Formats: sequence, structure tokens, C-alpha cells
Amino acid sequence: MSCMAQQTYVSSRAAVPNLEFRPKGRGIVPRGLTFAAVLIILLMLAIIMGNILVGGMGTISWEFLTHPPEQGMKAGGVFPAIFGTVALVILMVIAVVPIGVFTAIYLQEYTSPTSWTTRLIRVAINNLAGVPSIVFGLFGLGFFIAFVGGGIDTLFFPEEGPVWGQPAIIWASLTLALLTLPVVIVSTEEALRTIPRELREGSYALGGTRLQTIWRIIIPQALPGILTGSILAVSRGAGEVAPIMFTGAAYYLPYLPGKLNDQFMELGYHIYIMATQSPDIEATKPILYGTVLVLLLLTFSLNSVAILIRSRMRRSRVGAQ
Amino acid sequence: MLVRNNTNNVRIQSVEAPATGGMEPAEQHKMLVEDLDFFYGEVQVLFDISLLIRLNRVTALIGPSGCGKSTFLRTLNRMNETIPGTRMSGKVLLDGHNIYEDFDDPSSIRTRVGMVFQQSNPFPKSIFDNVAYGLCVNGIKDKRLIRDVVEWSLQQAALWDEVRGKLDNSAFTLSGGQQQRLCIARALAIRPEVILMDEPASALDPVSTAKIEDLIGELRKQYTIVIVTHNMQQAARVSDYTAFFYEGKLIEAGQTKQIFTRPQMKKTEDYVTGRFG
Amino acid sequence: MEHLRFKSKSRWREFAGEKLISISAFTALLSILLIFVFVFKEAIPIFVDDYIKEDASLDKMLCQQEFYEGREAKWSWQPNSEVPKFSLLPLFIGTLKAALVAMLFAIPLGVGAAIYSSEFASRRMGEIIKPAIETFAAIPSVVLGFFALMVLSSFLQQVMGLTFRLNAMNAGIALGLAIVPIIFTVAEDAMTSVPGSLRDAAIALGATPWQVSLTTVLPAAMPGIFAGIVLGFGRAVGETMIVLMASGNAAIISISVADSVRTFSATIAAELGEVVFGDTHYHVLFLIGLLLFIFTFVVNLGGDIVLTRLKERLQGRTT
Ligand SMILES: Nc1ncnc2c1ncn2[C@@H]1O[C@H](COP(=O)(O)OP(=O)(O)OP(=O)(O)O)[C@@H](O)[C@H]1O
Ligand SMILES: [Mg+2]
Repeated sequence: MSCMAQQTYVSSRAAVPNLEFRPKGRGIVPRGLTFAAVLIILLMLAIIMGNILVGGMGTISWEFLTHPPEQGMKAGGVFPAIFGTVALVILMVIAVVPIGVFTAIYLQEYTSPTSWTTRLIRVAINNLAGVPSIVFGLFGLGFFIAFVGGGIDTLFFPEEGPVWGQPAIIWASLTLALLTLPVVIVSTEEALRTIPRELREGSYALGGTRLQTIWRIIIPQALPGILTGSILAVSRGAGEVAPIMFTGAAYYLPYLPGKLNDQFMELGYHIYIMATQSPDIEATKPILYGTVLVLLLLTFSLNSVAILIRSRMRRSRVGAQ
Repeated sequence: MLVRNNTNNVRIQSVEAPATGGMEPAEQHKMLVEDLDFFYGEVQVLFDISLLIRLNRVTALIGPSGCGKSTFLRTLNRMNETIPGTRMSGKVLLDGHNIYEDFDDPSSIRTRVGMVFQQSNPFPKSIFDNVAYGLCVNGIKDKRLIRDVVEWSLQQAALWDEVRGKLDNSAFTLSGGQQQRLCIARALAIRPEVILMDEPASALDPVSTAKIEDLIGELRKQYTIVIVTHNMQQAARVSDYTAFFYEGKLIEAGQTKQIFTRPQMKKTEDYVTGRFG
Repeated sequence: MEHLRFKSKSRWREFAGEKLISISAFTALLSILLIFVFVFKEAIPIFVDDYIKEDASLDKMLCQQEFYEGREAKWSWQPNSEVPKFSLLPLFIGTLKAALVAMLFAIPLGVGAAIYSSEFASRRMGEIIKPAIETFAAIPSVVLGFFALMVLSSFLQQVMGLTFRLNAMNAGIALGLAIVPIIFTVAEDAMTSVPGSLRDAAIALGATPWQVSLTTVLPAAMPGIFAGIVLGFGRAVGETMIVLMASGNAAIISISVADSVRTFSATIAAELGEVVFGDTHYHVLFLIGLLLFIFTFVVNLGGDIVLTRLKERLQGRTT
């Protein structure tokens, strides 16, 4: 057989001008350039994280986490800001998760992807995700505080000063809820899409109504996705400052917020204030770095948990197929 | 044509054209595959395949779905290497050179062994740029030459008369059959010696299919063609040689006439007479 | 055999549940409308109220003004001075300057990293890049602003010998860091959704892997990459905390990136807390907010349309 392979052959190239192909490069330049972009990004990330970690490590202590600021924020801790942030995002989650989940369910289970309502809602969601956060702040001020809060005041508390028509934690959290709504919707939708059709049909075939199917089959199945979305929303909400500046955050409060219409301190806002308004930046620096580190740790740990849940969810989906 | 029978490694079965068959004697071969095994991950899908591919003849690969025809075809121009986790052993010779060992750059083999896919896949570019693509990535810079070759290729693919004057239109403006002929023209432009076709007409209507078959009839004068087809009549119409695959094994190969009229293996007979698959 | 008797399901509960779901679904749509209405509502007086028009007519906001007799006519933004000046031009230039620096910085990084990740990266490398980008995206903008204010600004000033520590370049680079993840994500998504059949076609014509990437995948994904850039630009224009902290906030007209700038968004953030509810300044800030809203709305809508079209085209071809 091998002797046949040695046979001479006739080239089949004929007639047309012969082509001289040149050997190709190894693509060093495109590879190198794009890799350099990756390296720069990784480097920047490392520098930022390293800087904040080194600057803030020394400050973080049990005292720091559990005590209020002292001496014009040059000493003490950030407990009220942590408390305010947590309270803020809890209220936000209570508002955003049901709405986000229902929207996702509506889009996935109730309408065809090509119907004009679905399209319109999708456009709205994408646009909501792109509205500048400061515009959310303006909206919170104009709608929640002036219109809704002010309305409640004129209706029910005409005698008193502003009760609801003023910056308050409820308005800040509702503003943030709108801002993070797309996050919850997108994440829940991704989970809903992975639920096999047979599961739904199985439930319908047993006489389940649509609502029962959603409540007993679909939502439990989508729970990891809903969780992921909620955590991502919290992580996003905890870091946003512009929307809460005018809707409820305060420089400094001697007390913790106890009612829905109280103002509150918040980590991100606290950072902004300390970094830009401090009369003695060198003296505030350790506290400032400590606060930044607390905020970063908070958002990153939330994000890592969300990513973990999501990758598990995706893996189990691949396994199922 | 030579086939190494899989059930018995020692016996070498010759299905060389019988002298009485009125065929050209001692035809030359272009490619030779020896002892080819192929794996997707741990799953072996090709078992010990040996096959000769004749110069300037059409060789048809037939067999039931999933038997490994496409996989085999793609080993002939090292396309399978682009799928991660695949593994193969054995030899594939092109003009006596092992394409897996004697070439540093797998892309240079593909300029000699061209390919046309089942689903026409023109680039989202103009008709001209589609045909010129292969020349450009292979370092041809001469504009005149490129224009000549594009025209020549389109003529060879019997598409020139339909697209002349609208070479700058997007390739997507063409009909399905035209798109497939564009893909053939694109493959011809780099002047391959062998053309691999994976069910090139299966997604087309009868008229377009007939055009493609005519085209293959023309091309076989200058090119060595290997074509995968599900369509028995098509294999009978266009091919000179036929190889029958079954469950990853090459069951029988020989002149098309012989395979369809006097198959030597029971499985082949069952398949070509439509008893299964 | 005994008959099972099923309770007839509560029609009412079913009805209420379904309504709740479909009403919730319109929240996003309603929000967008309300945002527009309420920001617009507070900006309207600028066009109708004579008192407000005195200081902030369109003419005064856009054209050069001679604020003091005999002095040179200028564009200036000094809303709290004795003669309030509401020219939007310095803010416009500031916004554009910061955003352009950001784009200059973020496009090569974002697109480059996306190409590398989609085309060249080994599996291991991919497992490093993606989480790194997600981490980047998770950094709150106030933290990036803080970093630019405390670290980056001093570094730039020393390296380049700048007069002002806080300037357009400093803010722009920090802003760029914030939009790299957007550009990366959208661009990478566009490239990975280029169907394998196109790659196969190019490979079969003798293209090497990097040629496949640059001559086939990249052109096919171009609309998506472009959309990513546009969306990134929208974000750069609207982003607030970074510019507020890192730009120096001086409303001056200059083209040098070494000068301080004041952007639209930072102006709202810095001034809304101090305005008198309902006076001219207040309404002008809402007008700026309206401009930002409309701008980002158009940008997002455009990017969205480009991306849907691209997906349809690429996916339509594989089926
Ligand atoms: N990328 C892949 N990864 C894993 N297994 C694969 C892959 N491609 C094909 N296979 C498997 O290899 C076997 C042979 O597939 P191949 O596509 O070569 O068959 P075929 O004869 O061309 O079938 P058809 O006539 O349907 O095109 C099949 O069992 C198939 O499931
Ligand atoms: Mg096949």
C-alpha cells in the first residue's frame, strides 16, 4: 500500500494563473496587543484592590464596625452607616424582588416574545438600566418626595411640617428599587428560560392552573436565579450614591433610623462626604480607607455569592441536557 | 480501490476496477487514508478506516445518519482539529505526504483541500469579498489577479452570469441555491486540488440541486471530489466511486456502478436497496 | 371505586394573582414614563415662566452673554453669583471632555480584552478574565471616584507635571475604568455569538486562527462592538460620583484635558442639595437632568436596536 503512496501524480492545477500563497504570520501582533489590554485591566484591578486593602486593613476592627463616628469623623467607627446601608437594601429588596420576579414571569410565561407588549416592556427594562443614576435621584426627589410624600402630607398631615414629604429611607430605597429592577428581571428570566417545557406541561396535564403551576413548579425551580438577581441587586444598590443623595442619606445622624420616614447614614455617601468635605483629609484618611474597604468587602462578597450560585445553576442545566 | 476490511485486519480486499469493466486502467490516486481511528473525547466514532481517493474522480461517501461520514470528511483537511477534545490516529496522505505530519501549518493543507458545507455559509460581506476572502488570507495582494480569479471562480461555479454587475451586493441577497454555489466558487478561488463536499445540496430545492450536480459533473474534470450524500440517486448520478460507512466502519468501497448493482457485503446491499437507514 | 371530589379552585384567587403579575410587569414601563414626566415637569417652567426666563432663557443658556456692561461677553456657569449665570456650554464641554478621555481609554482596553477573551484565551485564561471583569463591574463608582481622588490624581500629577491635581484626564481615566466592563461584556457577547459555521468557512479556506478572528469574527461582530462602545459612552456621560469626586468641578471653557472640568451630572449632584426649591437654579438642574435622560435614552435605544438586529441576523443564519 505504501508503494502506491510514492507514485508520481499529476497536479490538477490547470488553466488559470497560478497562485503563489505566502506563508502566514503567527498573529503575534494581534495576540500581543489584545493580551496587553487584558494585562492592563488585571493590573489596574490589582492596584485598586491592593491600595484599598493595604490602606484599610489597619483600620478595620470590631470597634470600627460597631461604633459611631467621633470627633468630626476623624475617629470612631462606621456602625450607623453600615446599619443604614443594610436597612436601605433590605427595604429595597422587599420592593424590587416581587416586582422583578413577576415581571420576568409575565415576560416568559404569559406573552410571546414577539408580542408588542413584551417588546415594549423589554425596551423599557433596557432603558431603565441605562438611565443615569443621578436622574434617578432627581426622579426620587420629584416623584417620591414631592409628589407622593407631599401628597400624603397635604392629605393626612395638613397641620404639621413635612412628615413624609422629606428625604427618608423609604424614598431612597424605593428609588434604588427602580434602579435595580432590571438586574432582578434579567436574572430571573435567565432562570425561567432553563426550566424545561415538560415540567410546565406536566403540571398543566394534571389539572394545575397557570397560577398554581407558576407558584408550585416554576418559582421553586427558578429560586437560584431569583436569589442571584436579588443578591446582585443588593450589591448594586449598596454601592450607589447619586440616587440617595437627595432622597434620604444624611451626613451625620446621632441616632439610627427607626421609622420609614427617618433619614439614614450610608457607607457610599459617607465615603463621598469624608473624601470631599473633610477639613483635614490626612486625619480622616485611615477611617476613609477603612470605610471603603468595608463597602468593597460587602459588595464583593455579595457578588461572589451571586456568581457562585449562578455558575452552579448553569452547570446543573448543562448536566440536565 | 483498496479497502482494508475491518472485521479482519489481515485480509486486504481489492475492489480495483475489473479489467473488463471498460474503465480507465490504473487510475492515479490523490489521497490515501490508512488505519484511521477517530475519537470525540473518549467516544470512538471512526474505526480503522483505510480508503483510496482517486485523482480527478468523484468519490461519494454514503451511510446512515451518524455513521461518521462528516467526521471522516473533516479528517481529510484537518478541520476536526478545530473541535477541542478530539483525537485521531492513522495516516492521511495527500500526494504521498502525511497531512498531519509533513505540514507545519494546518491552514496550508486547507488551501489544497477545499471544503463546501451542508448549510451554505457565506460571510456577511459582498459577493466579491466572499470569493476573494481565501486569496486575501493567503497573502495575495495583487488587485488585478484577485479580480481575475474571482471572475474565473464564479464562472467555474456557474454563477457568473447571475451575479455579474452586482458583485458588491451582500451575499445574503442571493437565493439559497446561489449562496451554495457562491460557497463553491469561494472554495474554488484558492485553487484547491481536492474539494470536500458535505451534503452540499441537502438543504436545496430540486432545481438548485440539479444545478449543483451539473456543476460537480463539470468540476470532476479538474478536481478530485469527495462528496457526502444521503441521496442514493445522487450518489449514483454524480460519483465514480462510492464508499459505504456503517457505525464508524468502512464496510465496502468500489466503483459506484458495482456498489449499486453488485454489492459484495450484505449490509451494503440492504442499505443501497433501501432496506434500512 | 370511590369518586374523588376536587374542590373547585378559587376563581377569585386565580384572577387576583394573574392581575398582580401582569400589573407588576408594567412597572418598568411605567417607571420610564414617570421618570420622564416628573423630570420634564420640573424643567417646564424654564420654557414658560417669565421670571425664570429672565435668568435662564434658552438664549442665556446657550449663547455668549455680556453679564456686566462693558465687559467681554462670556459663557459662564455661576448660578449662585449676584448675577446668576446659567450658560450650559462649560458644562457641555466638561462632560464631553471627560467622556472622550474615558472612551479613549476604555475602547482599546475593553475591545482588546474582549477579542482576546473570545478568540485567543485558553480556557484557564478565560476563567481568570471573566471574573476579573465582573469584579471590576462590581466596584461601586464612589470607590472608583475615591481611588481617582486619592491615588490616581497624585500619580498623574507627578508623572505628567500637571498644574491641577483634579482634572479631565484624571476623571476620564477613572470613568474609563467604569465603562471597560460594559464595552467588554457587550463586545465579547457579540463575538461569541458569531456562528461556528462562519468560523468553519474561514478555516476551510486556509485562514489561520488569528486570521479567522480578525477577518471573519470581528467584522461580523462589528455592530455589536459598536453598540458596546455607544452604550459605554452613554454611561460615561451619565456617570456621576466618579466625575464629582475626581474632576475638580471647575466650570471653565478649555480644551486641555489637564484643566479641571465640571460635568452635567456632577453639577446636579453638587448643587441640588443647596438650591431653593422652585427657584430658577432648581429648574435648570432639572433641565440638565432631562437632557441627560433624553441623551441616554436615545443612546440605549439605539444600542439596543443594533444588538437585537445583530442577534437576529447572526442567529437567523444558523437555523
Ligand atoms: N462535535 C462532536 N462532539 C461529539 N460527538 C460528535 C460530534 N460531532 C459528531 N459527533 C458524533 O460522532 C458520530 C458521527 O457523526 P457524523 O457527524 O460524522 O455523522 P454523519 O455520518 O455525518 O451523520 P449525518 O448523516 O447525520 O450528517 C455521531 O454519533 C455523532 O453523534
Ligand atoms: Mg454529516
